[in-house]
Amino acid sequence: MDKVATSGAAAHGHAHEHTHEHHELGFWRKYVFSQDHKVIGIQYAVTGLVFLFFGFTLMMIMRWSMAYPIRPIPLIGSLLGQTRAPGGIMLPEFYNQLGAMHGTIMVFLGVVPLAVGGFGNFVVPLQIGAPDMAFPKLNMASYWVYFLGGVTMFVSFFVPGGAAMSGWTSYAPLSVIAQPGQLGQTLWLVGMVFLITSSLLGSVNFIVTIVQLRAKGLSWMRLPFFVWAQLVTAFLLLLAFPPLEAAGVLQLMDRVAGTSFFMPSGLVVGNVPVQVSGGGNPLMWQHLFWFLAHPEVYVLVLPAMGIVGEIIANNTRKPLWGYRTLVYAVAFLGFMSFIVWAHHMFMTGMGTTISAFFQTTTMIISIPSVIILTALLLSLWGASIRFTTPMLFALAFLPMFAIGGLTGLPLGLAPSDIPLHDTYYVIGHFHYVVAPGTIFALFAGIYYWFPKATGRKMNDVLGAIHFWGSFVCINIVFMPMFIQGLAGMNRRMYDGGLLYANNQGLPLQLNVVIGMAVWTLSLFQIPFIINFFASMKWGKKVSDNPWDATTLEWSAPSPPGHGNFLTEPVVYRGPYEYSVPGAAKDFSPQFEPERA
Amino acid sequence: MLELLGMPTQASTHAADIDNMIALIHWLMAVLFVGWGIFFVFVLFRFRKSANPTASYSGAKGKVAKYTEYAVIVVEAVLLVGYAIPAWAIRVGSFPSESEAVVVRVVAKQFEWQVHYAGADGRFGRREVRLVAAENPIGLDRTDPDAKDDFVDTNNLTLPVDRTILIHLSSMDVIHSFGLVEMRVKQDAVPGMDIPVWFIPNRIGEYEINCSQLCGLGHYRMRGFLHIKSEADFRSYLDEQAKGLTQ
Repeated sequence: MDKVATSGAAAHGHAHEHTHEHHELGFWRKYVFSQDHKVIGIQYAVTGLVFLFFGFTLMMIMRWSMAYPIRPIPLIGSLLGQTRAPGGIMLPEFYNQLGAMHGTIMVFLGVVPLAVGGFGNFVVPLQIGAPDMAFPKLNMASYWVYFLGGVTMFVSFFVPGGAAMSGWTSYAPLSVIAQPGQLGQTLWLVGMVFLITSSLLGSVNFIVTIVQLRAKGLSWMRLPFFVWAQLVTAFLLLLAFPPLEAAGVLQLMDRVAGTSFFMPSGLVVGNVPVQVSGGGNPLMWQHLFWFLAHPEVYVLVLPAMGIVGEIIANNTRKPLWGYRTLVYAVAFLGFMSFIVWAHHMFMTGMGTTISAFFQTTTMIISIPSVIILTALLLSLWGASIRFTTPMLFALAFLPMFAIGGLTGLPLGLAPSDIPLHDTYYVIGHFHYVVAPGTIFALFAGIYYWFPKATGRKMNDVLGAIHFWGSFVCINIVFMPMFIQGLAGMNRRMYDGGLLYANNQGLPLQLNVVIGMAVWTLSLFQIPFIINFFASMKWGKKVSDNPWDATTLEWSAPSPPGHGNFLTEPVVYRGPYEYSVPGAAKDFSPQFEPERA
Repeated sequence: MLELLGMPTQASTHAADIDNMIALIHWLMAVLFVGWGIFFVFVLFRFRKSANPTASYSGAKGKVAKYTEYAVIVVEAVLLVGYAIPAWAIRVGSFPSESEAVVVRVVAKQFEWQVHYAGADGRFGRREVRLVAAENPIGLDRTDPDAKDDFVDTNNLTLPVDRTILIHLSSMDVIHSFGLVEMRVKQDAVPGMDIPVWFIPNRIGEYEINCSQLCGLGHYRMRGFLHIKSEADFRSYLDEQAKGLTQ
């Protein structure tokens, strides 16, 4: 009992209350090289947000070249330099760098670190009643390896020849022969090795933490849905990333050591035979890449679904519909995500048998997605809905994810993929899943858990402006892409597809509409940025459980101190016991014992 | 639905099949999305806090969701077994014989399409990596008897209407993708591989070849032209090219 009280005092984080068990850490150990999951979570989240904004900025520049090809970029054109945009007019080389790095940064440096590193680290130990992650040092290492990867990617813009320019998929042989003798593509590979290593360290930690450190009474079917989502995500990271790490090293060897893992014999570039031993296979890279990159899609979307589940339960004031079904669906989704990868490769000369297999698995994986969406929608029936800022973003996730998921159907069947493959239809499809889908859910999570991290609430007026502005703009950005894609407009076109007859008229005009919407969308992020920083200092102070929520993190002080909980938490019931008939209030937290 | 989707002109015999499948899938998408959408908007309105201050612990009852789920599974299974797998089997499994089809080789390189015709003898000449040069873009070995009457047309693919076309697709450097929008044909050109593609153009006209896979800084301008001609016009094109060789 004495020990609990001691760590309880420490949990308030006041220096004078510390006892012999906790010596005060210096600035560097407390805020920079911290081993506390909450500090690491916030480090991940803030770094991830910065990279999201950076990756978005790259797209804002690209969109100029597509909307107004061969015209000087206003404002920043002259700052880009002779090697990128002489006279302010973007070069195709620079466009390709922006494209490759936009994808890489958004996925590997923005969304995953925010969703898994940020929310996973901050929320999971609190939701399972653990004092910290199982391996705090490993956790710290994971963040700093990620940080190194980020620095490597960022620096690559400033080396001679610029950053990687072979797409975020880095298909060989293009990526192997690109920028010969220059560093850009090589740094991309080195950066990827760092990022994957970081994810591996994190995933092991999550699995052990969730399996071993659950509070007393927190059985598997009492776990919050978010923890389930993170657990499945951790398995995806653990099992899918090593093949790409290996493949990345092999491609690095192809670039710097003259090997030919992905280089076939007889290549001739610019009428000059390429001096490699040959015998490799470029499709091998695609298989290894997509073996990672398809589960990666679920690494992006599962934590988002978890966040949405938490917020919907809380703001509908009722249990999630079909909690068990949701858990099984997420686990099945995770498993299936390992055997659909080659649906990205229907156009590589795939035969009937293999394509039949991957088309079938792709149709099968759509079923748990539909189940999850249906369960979340049905959760709204009979609710008493509070339209809080986090709820607005969480609700928007549902139709946006629906559009993203449904438009995956024609791409997942090989014959209908023929006209749509590599067009803007694909871009529209996966951005609906990731941007107005996943990123909206991440915004929801930020508004929802901000009071736990800071003890203060974010402003709702700024939140509403951020939500409605972003919601309208982002749909004007991505909806026209389906029209462009159906018309046959190809992706990755420096001039937006200006030369091609099938793009004339509406598809090209839509490039201007999309550009305008992208730039306006950036303006609607300003209220969020102001809100985020101003609320830390001036936000309304709130109680430990401002949303009247039921899960364990809300029993800890806001912000939780070192060790998280004042007393060792004990769990008495399931995660979403809202509006229990006969209960005194409309929420029965997991941490409150039954009254006699 | 097809007009609503704004698909490009159909100019091959299988284009309509593919478009119909796309239309069918979009019907499924539309029905599901509108259904979900109506439900979504209704519950947001009906179960807002002011209209329903006390939430129901038990929530939604009934089996509509379950039946919807089954319906989705059935429709997807029909799409898969009835359309997708057989249609794909025809595209990549049942190639026409070389003797019946018009056979052409298309060689992709940064950033152009080299179209290689066999000439009157119907046999493609040997190619050598060491012979590749600006004036011999695919490295054709003219000392090979089979190569004597071969000719190469850059960025122009000329084909007869209503004949089965068999294209052998390859690449000299990186992965390109051979996209014929109006033919509903798309196939990656992968270095080290020879990938066959077949279709039957059924509409005379001038079309384009899109490069659909990022292939470097000139990707956006890697455009070729596809000329679908009458049998007579196609003959005269071949004769003209043969004449060009002897001069």
